[in-house]
Amino acid sequence: MAKYVIKRVILAIVSILIICAITFFAMNAIPGGPFNSEKAQSAAVKAVLEARFHLDQPVWKQFLIYMGNISHGDFGVSLKTGRDIWQTISESFAVSAHIGLIAMVLALVCGVILGSLAALFRNKFPDRLIVFLATLATAVPSFVLASLLLLVFCIKLKLIPVWSSYNPNYILPVISLSLYPMAYITRLTKTSMLDVLGQDYVRTARAKGVPIVGVIFKHALRNALIPVITYVGPMTASILTGSLVVETIFTIGGLGSKFVDSITNRDYTMIMGTTIFLAVLMVVVNLLSDLVYKLVDPRIKFE
Amino acid sequence: MEMPKKNLLSAQLDLKKFEKATDEEKRQADVMSESTTFFKDGMRKLMKNPLAVGSIIVLILVVLMITVVPAFVPYSYEEIISVNGVRDSSAKNLAPFEYSTLEQQYIAEGGKIFPHIMGTDELCRDYFIRVVYGTRVSLFVGLFASIVVLVIGVLYGAVSGYAGGKIDLIMMRIVDIIYSLPDLLVIILLSVVFRETLDLSGIPVIGSLGSNMVSLFLVFGLLYWVGMARLVRAEILSIKENEYVLAAKSIGAKPGHIIKKHILPNCISVIIIATALQIPSAIFTESYLSFLGLGVALPMPSLGSLANSARQAMSSNALKLVFPATMICLIVLAFNLLGDGLRDAFDPKLRK
Repeated sequence: MAKYVIKRVILAIVSILIICAITFFAMNAIPGGPFNSEKAQSAAVKAVLEARFHLDQPVWKQFLIYMGNISHGDFGVSLKTGRDIWQTISESFAVSAHIGLIAMVLALVCGVILGSLAALFRNKFPDRLIVFLATLATAVPSFVLASLLLLVFCIKLKLIPVWSSYNPNYILPVISLSLYPMAYITRLTKTSMLDVLGQDYVRTARAKGVPIVGVIFKHALRNALIPVITYVGPMTASILTGSLVVETIFTIGGLGSKFVDSITNRDYTMIMGTTIFLAVLMVVVNLLSDLVYKLVDPRIKFE
Repeated sequence: MEMPKKNLLSAQLDLKKFEKATDEEKRQADVMSESTTFFKDGMRKLMKNPLAVGSIIVLILVVLMITVVPAFVPYSYEEIISVNGVRDSSAKNLAPFEYSTLEQQYIAEGGKIFPHIMGTDELCRDYFIRVVYGTRVSLFVGLFASIVVLVIGVLYGAVSGYAGGKIDLIMMRIVDIIYSLPDLLVIILLSVVFRETLDLSGIPVIGSLGSNMVSLFLVFGLLYWVGMARLVRAEILSIKENEYVLAAKSIGAKPGHIIKKHILPNCISVIIIATALQIPSAIFTESYLSFLGLGVALPMPSLGSLANSARQAMSSNALKLVFPATMICLIVLAFNLLGDGLRDAFDPKLRK
């Protein structure tokens, strides 16, 4: 166990370092330093500015300085707005995390319920309907769904007001973010539920007279849910990347739309900070969900 | 003829065993059904699956549309509509099958104008042909990216699985690290960088797609092959233990020959299934990037960029969003269902 945990933690650290390196060197490959665009500066002013931001040092040294800075949350300042990047990230991430967590819970709850229903009514109408809808839902990109929801409910029917920070309405963004993971979890739960329902202990429980609902909740579900744990990592990644487009569409001022803005504005320090932040988040959640999976399921042997 | 009673321990032959077979006995050896190959059997199963057949038909129709339609429609994807050589600035944001005032005049004078099946966009371009070209670009990206993944993944997985030992360990550690990188973020990052640094306008096909697409292929080549490599490696690890591989080794076959002739044909079904499921994921990624404005270079359309520009004028012109969106969903759904059907028909683990 300890060996496995150490191995996974080292792996996660290596991939975070690689992400940081890719980000840093990729951004440095872009021609033109941050102070080239400024109007007519004297050489002396430019030299002072470059020394201030360590731009006169070799690239690898700059990388070490940058890594040292971000290790205590100093991502620098935005090239466009001049605001502190860490502050922008933490403020806007609060909004994104709020929506993202609701979407996750919705996806988990509905996905598990629908998946269990499909397994219970195997090859009957409810099963076919649920599987059909889940297959359909995995073919709809989140941006298409979000745009269509906005079009139908906000613009045509005027049922739901367009998002504003005074009057936040989470329904549509949450639905657009959670539909894909929900469909995936439904399929996952159905497969593992069918597997569990075929086990001897379920038949025993039925034979001794436990009602079917009791069997599902007490015996089957807790085992059927184990594979779902491994999906929490990929689901986080899917919701985070989905939030880039969904927040842009609904004009929510979360981290996703800040990231997209920084891409269109070519605000390189902001792109760097956000990429590293999101990447670390995804790697960590992935690591945690894999470790929990191994902890929960005693059948899995450690390498 | 009566046989003498046989002693239990005697080596005397039992003459009954040497009698001619009767006709009935001969018929038992007849082959009742035609012999079938793995591929034929799989295809028969696939053709029995209505969803898979339906998606094959849809995909054939889509391919026909993107190859045949541009020959019939007299507009091109970047052409601004002109009537009789005069630029028609009134043909902006037309509804499907609607004609602009200039065009109506021209028709009244007896001229013929090809209808705008899906209307026109805000720059007076025929929208139908843009959707057709967008589908072409999206499909091309999907297929090409999957081929990149296929080649790299199969080669890497085959070498790693066949070599085994230390080489396998190191190669799989690299795979593990790449696997844990958040792919979309890296794609976005590299797209941003390549947009600034690469100049590809001189190269024919790739130049018109733009540096973003190159970075997409590059990232697919760098990141997405790991899933395929893992799959192929696992498959090869089990196949290489078979006796026929040992036999080939014992008569002196070289590793490359064994991989090519004996091992890869046996994991071909797994590879085909994974490739079929890779295509929709590549189309998804491309449309996502185009939607963020990091996709194919303008004025070349892709389904994602069409949806993105339609979104900005959504309230006035909802259909412009619906057309490319439906197209994406249709293609992705068809490939997903086809992939599932292929898995049911060809995956050796699911066969009875």
